[in-house]
Amino acid sequence: MPSVKIPRKSTFVDMTPFVDVAFLILTFFIMATKFKPEEPVEIKTPNSVSTKDLPEDDAIQVTFDSSGRVFFSVLAAKDPTIKYNVIKHINETRSLGLTEAEMKNFARTASVGVPFSGLKQLLAIPVEDQKNFKQPGIPLDTLGGELYYWIRDAVGTFTGKKLLYLIKGDNNAKYPAFKQVLTAFKKNEIFKFQMITMLEDAPPGSELAILRNREKAASK
Amino acid sequence: MASIDEGGGGGHKKGPGVKKAKKLSTRVDMTPMVDLGFLLITFFIFTTTMSSPTTMQLYMPKDTDEKDQNKAKESGALTILLGKNNVVYVYRGQLLPDASNFHVTTFKGIRDTIIAMKKDVINAHVHDAGCTKIQEEARVGNDKVKPPILPDPNWKNACLDKDLVIVIKPDDEATYKNTIDILDEMAISAVKRYAMVDLFPTEKALIQETEKRGGN
Repeated sequence: MPSVKIPRKSTFVDMTPFVDVAFLILTFFIMATKFKPEEPVEIKTPNSVSTKDLPEDDAIQVTFDSSGRVFFSVLAAKDPTIKYNVIKHINETRSLGLTEAEMKNFARTASVGVPFSGLKQLLAIPVEDQKNFKQPGIPLDTLGGELYYWIRDAVGTFTGKKLLYLIKGDNNAKYPAFKQVLTAFKKNEIFKFQMITMLEDAPPGSELAILRNREKAASK
Repeated sequence: MASIDEGGGGGHKKGPGVKKAKKLSTRVDMTPMVDLGFLLITFFIFTTTMSSPTTMQLYMPKDTDEKDQNKAKESGALTILLGKNNVVYVYRGQLLPDASNFHVTTFKGIRDTIIAMKKDVINAHVHDAGCTKIQEEARVGNDKVKPPILPDPNWKNACLDKDLVIVIKPDDEATYKNTIDILDEMAISAVKRYAMVDLFPTEKALIQETEKRGGN
């Protein structure tokens, strides 16, 4: 009686489709990831029902953290020369005596939070090491303080463009800090702001939710 | 590993002395590549922030603009004061000398207060010439602005709440989050007219007194 031979099957599993899937997902995440620009402080912004997207260009951003320190940044991702022009303008109007290299360094710095007197010291540090430098915040008072000049000179540089004014505040910041930032803008005759928030849904049953549903139905 | 070692590997020998060149498999073990792929995926999942930030509009009046300030009808005015520890104080119309219309509430309760106030304003509404204009605007809508304002099917109701004005007064102890939350409440309850102003000294004193009584 011939013995039945069971053919030996290879247990080798073909991993190729698995690799394909893995790299497909990987590609998706690489595309979808947007790295946050490094900021000297971590800010937890409040939530709001507002759905307007955050602009990336042609905007001035004022950030304040929970202890009331204020930072200033110029958002100009498309054209880095704008940032350079801003600091050049400020250097002239405030006669800070910054060197060319320091002004170039500002163009790479995400945001600054030092008084004008300390700006030279901050910009002498390379961008990578700036996070180790404790920034005290831009001095503010009831009349706008130094932030007033920052805004004024930045707006002056942006002439002919529609500029947006962003305010980014921390959840735990006190109201007076916010008010002083608003004052600095108001002194520059700016009355329209965008506050950076995180999106949350409109509560069901509220008037806003009803309105949004109607808009959704209309767009279909 | 993707395969179990079967021992030997290349072909079977046919008796002694028969030597055959070992066949080398051209298969590449993909397992380390998969490992690497998923490692990177995990990294990107953790670093990706899916919810992108949005912005909220705020219009502030000029400080010198005092013409507009006294226009509000007293019957339609609601004042919201923000205190410390997320406490909200609210009163309708003018603050009475004995502060009997001064109430303490929370961010949860304030929505109902606003809705109740709105209802009362709508019930007390009297039609006038300014109202017709608002109705007409709501009926037509506006497609020139971005995002476009759609024509309102309930345009007849558009001006019913036009007397409602909410005055927001954050205390020095209120947080930025409180301020944004209350502005958000305006959007949620579709309040068209609101303003953010400073506290009166009497109101400040009243908040302090209430805080002392409450023991915080």
